[in-house]
Amino acid sequence: MSNIPGELKYLSSHEWARLESDGETVTIGITDHAQDLLGDVVFVELPEVDAEIAAGDEAGVVESVKAASDVFSPVSGIVIAVNEDLEDAPELVNSDPYDDGWFFKVKASDLDELGSLLDAEAYAEVCQDEDH
Amino acid sequence: MLIFEKGQPGRFATSQAPKASGKCDDIPAELMRKTPAAMPEVSELQTVRHFTNLSRKNFSIDTQFYPLGSCTMKYNPRGAHKAASLPGFLARHPLAPESHSQGYLACVYELQEILKDVTGMAGVSLCPMAGAQGEFAGVAMIRAYHEARQDHARSEIIVPEAAHGTNPATAVMCGYKVVEIPVRTDGDVDLEALQQAAGPQTAGIMMTNPSTCGVFERQIEDISRIVHEAGGLLYYDGANLNAILGKVRPGDMGFDVLHMNLHKTFATPHGGGGPGSGPVAVGERLLPYLPTPIVGRSDAENGSRYHWLDQDDLPDSIGRLSAFMGNAGIILRAYVYAILLGREGLHRVGEFSTLNANYMATLMQQAGFQLAYPERRATHEFIVTLNKQAKELGVTAMDFAKRLLDFGYHAPTTYFPLLVPECFLIEPTETESIDELEGFVEAMIAIQKEAESSAELVKGAPYSQPVKRLDDVKAARELDVAYQRS
Amino acid sequence: MPFIPHTDQDIQKMLDVIGVSSIDDLFDEIPKHLRAKSLDGVPEGRSEMEMMQLMSARAQQDAGALCFIGAGAYEHHIPAAVWDIATRGEFMTAYTPYQAEASQGTLQLIYEYQSMMCQLTAMDVSNASLYDGASGLAEAVLMAIRGNRKSKSRKILTAASLHPLYEKTVKSIVTNQDIQLETVVCGDDLRVSQDALAAYEGQDYAALVIPQPNFYGALEDVNALTDWAHAQGMLVIAVVNPTALALISPPGEWGAQGADIAVGEGQPLGLPLASGGPYFGFICCTSKLVRQMPGRIIGRTLDMDGREGFTLTLQAREQHIRRSKATSNICTNQGLAVTAATVYMTLLGFEGLGRVARACHVNAKKLAELLASIEGVRVLSDAAFFHEFVVELPEKADLVLKRMAQASVLGGIALSELSGQANPNLMLVCVTETKTDDDLAKYRDALETSLASKGDVSC
Repeated sequence: MSNIPGELKYLSSHEWARLESDGETVTIGITDHAQDLLGDVVFVELPEVDAEIAAGDEAGVVESVKAASDVFSPVSGIVIAVNEDLEDAPELVNSDPYDDGWFFKVKASDLDELGSLLDAEAYAEVCQDEDH
Repeated sequence: MLIFEKGQPGRFATSQAPKASGKCDDIPAELMRKTPAAMPEVSELQTVRHFTNLSRKNFSIDTQFYPLGSCTMKYNPRGAHKAASLPGFLARHPLAPESHSQGYLACVYELQEILKDVTGMAGVSLCPMAGAQGEFAGVAMIRAYHEARQDHARSEIIVPEAAHGTNPATAVMCGYKVVEIPVRTDGDVDLEALQQAAGPQTAGIMMTNPSTCGVFERQIEDISRIVHEAGGLLYYDGANLNAILGKVRPGDMGFDVLHMNLHKTFATPHGGGGPGSGPVAVGERLLPYLPTPIVGRSDAENGSRYHWLDQDDLPDSIGRLSAFMGNAGIILRAYVYAILLGREGLHRVGEFSTLNANYMATLMQQAGFQLAYPERRATHEFIVTLNKQAKELGVTAMDFAKRLLDFGYHAPTTYFPLLVPECFLIEPTETESIDELEGFVEAMIAIQKEAESSAELVKGAPYSQPVKRLDDVKAARELDVAYQRS
Repeated sequence: MPFIPHTDQDIQKMLDVIGVSSIDDLFDEIPKHLRAKSLDGVPEGRSEMEMMQLMSARAQQDAGALCFIGAGAYEHHIPAAVWDIATRGEFMTAYTPYQAEASQGTLQLIYEYQSMMCQLTAMDVSNASLYDGASGLAEAVLMAIRGNRKSKSRKILTAASLHPLYEKTVKSIVTNQDIQLETVVCGDDLRVSQDALAAYEGQDYAALVIPQPNFYGALEDVNALTDWAHAQGMLVIAVVNPTALALISPPGEWGAQGADIAVGEGQPLGLPLASGGPYFGFICCTSKLVRQMPGRIIGRTLDMDGREGFTLTLQAREQHIRRSKATSNICTNQGLAVTAATVYMTLLGFEGLGRVARACHVNAKKLAELLASIEGVRVLSDAAFFHEFVVELPEKADLVLKRMAQASVLGGIALSELSGQANPNLMLVCVTETKTDDDLAKYRDALETSLASKGDVSC
């Protein structure tokens, strides 16, 4: 069973979102389950800083040797930072998906969007359904 | 050792270059090259030896049985290669005048006619340089057809989920959205899903038949009716044409456009990944859109003359796909193959490729291997699933594939189609003898025994090749795609 | 049965094992009324001997003329070893190197090819090749649209001096994706006009396409063009002749920053004219753009025992994984053509390639001078050219060329037939290292004779 932190919000397409303590920045990455499915991550394409994105937009791509999948943004807003460490060390996504392996940060324009995301329990069910 | 690591500064095959001659001082200095390129510096013998030794690190049809599903790795007749390499053909410039091209144009014209007949279509263009470009041409013609009718609402191409990855990629290159429909457990398309997907937004459907599941799509006439009634057209991906060559014609099944892979069905060499050739054939309504140039013939009292038909002659054509006209040398080889086999020979291709596949499938099943579609007749290829071996023994289709190399057999196509887990797609082709087919099955039985008794042995394979399994992750993370002289 | 090894006993044994009584029974899932009748349009089969007799006669029909046509396909000496090696069965009849362990020969060769192309173009990355130069340019255009993150434009600026057949090919391939090509006109020197270019200042285009040498053989001022394009936020796509790169500045060194993508026709590197193919398109780019590269790329890595080996890499860009989101639908490289080119480049080395390039240039200048001495003939070569130049004749070029062809000299192409050139008296002539002084004299004589015998041609 993969690690699904209780304090995060999720998309069924395996992205996680964390509201930071400033109350407006949302950090986004992919889940432990997702990195496990992909296998060794070899490349991550991230959005441009200052780009405006809407919830559900394709905001990046994560590639392993044998697969590639789009990364969707769970929230709308302006991209304020991307994890540049992933450029040289994409393996961080495998080793530490919820911390050092984060993808990008968004200054959210509508915090209500977080409410419509899955909580840890609902996301765990999504993962379980996929395994069958 | 790389060629760059051999040799000495200043060395090259001196008899291959002109003597140092003349000045080029009329070219402005700022346009001249300033830093020399670090190319190899070796003798002619070093070159010949290096590349000859490299060639010996390859599997090939000429050296091994190569049962790659959907790739049709049949014998490539040496005669076809020899004929296409006649000096008159090699020296002909692509823009040579028609007066100096009648021999070549006659071959091209006759191949167009032969391909029309074997596919049951009204017109052929030999321009596309590979299957994927043929697909592009085909879908671009579908688009041109709808647009000429002012039918601008058609924005979707339907693709069965078992389809080859080029199909959706092609649809997108032609500006279409892809709608995937499921395939039933018996390998045929889910007709209800198709019925729901088809509508006024449907530009067409892309299919292979036999499908990539290695079975003949039995509802092809229903599919044709549903898509045509919705106003869409049917595209036939000729990847598996070898299965039905001379037995069933795509035109008779209701397809409006198709591409063939001459490097599969017409036995031209794969060349380590190309060149291929992907001619397109169309029914009446797509004739005006064929890619150019095409070869036409005019008959007069003093004999036939062949001439190019270009954009001026076909103003609605989707245009050119290459600077000249496709992979001309491959077209010649395919022509030679067709005239060597002739009417009777082409007829036998589908028959004997099917006989070989069914024989192998039966032997595999008798040996205890699980067929993906056991209740179906195999076509020219069939699928074995090694899911049980993967789950119970931890030995995957990849492991079997690598171990086969040690037994001297190239691995079949693995993990395709994606919807069958741990699968082998096996296509023996008609040119293999019963001895090879039985040898392959025996190797599979031997590997199965190894998997049961010493799984680790199989998982570490291959052992007989120049390298063991390679670190693909390192290759992608620490990209090294060009030698840097240090 | 040609290429089918089955004896009657084999067939019977196989049918018995399968449990059917005839081969026809194996097609029982196909509706009866769909079964094909006989293939009337296909001739009777021939033996190899009969086939060779026919093909030799046909090849002979097209042979024997002295060829001065270039326009994207160039006659060069091909060392005997090139095709002797390329057509070894182990190279020629191998499949795409998906099973890396059993394909190290092809894989290492392509890695070496990529390395050589990077050296020749002075770029960072090369792929394993595309179909040909023209379709390669189409892929470069798609790549620039994806790769230029500063520009939102779906427009590409191109020079009127680009090969007209390249322009046509690019249009047929990219227009379905709503990408537009706009053309900067040429000046009287048959090069991109700086004045015309100024009109595009400040506009949003994804890239500028710069041919070098251009379609007319002339050398563009690539440094100024590259710097101009970069100042506008455009990427630079260089369309280059690989032979010329041993002599003239490579795309990676154009202007202050170098071109972003270099593409071209690989045929001059050891491939015969052969009616236009198989050739191969080469495409190279800066490392920044590597993820946008279409087609196969080979990488060097290690195996489980730490031995060096080669494998396909960055496959997640490709159609078999990315399906509808792939960088291209391409799943071929022109492997065999690249094999030949790699052997060719290895034999010649940089020194040999340079000698070929210089000999082409010197020969072309010689012929240009010879022709300029004929009354009424004008060589339009204000700018420096590589191995092709434009000639103005006192009458229609196509008629002159037809009469020359009757004397077995293919003197070039009439520009009005290929490009939008309004002047019907212009022709494009190419001379490579293969032409001797006698050949050049023969050309001059044939042209003079043709001009003297104005009148009809019967062909």
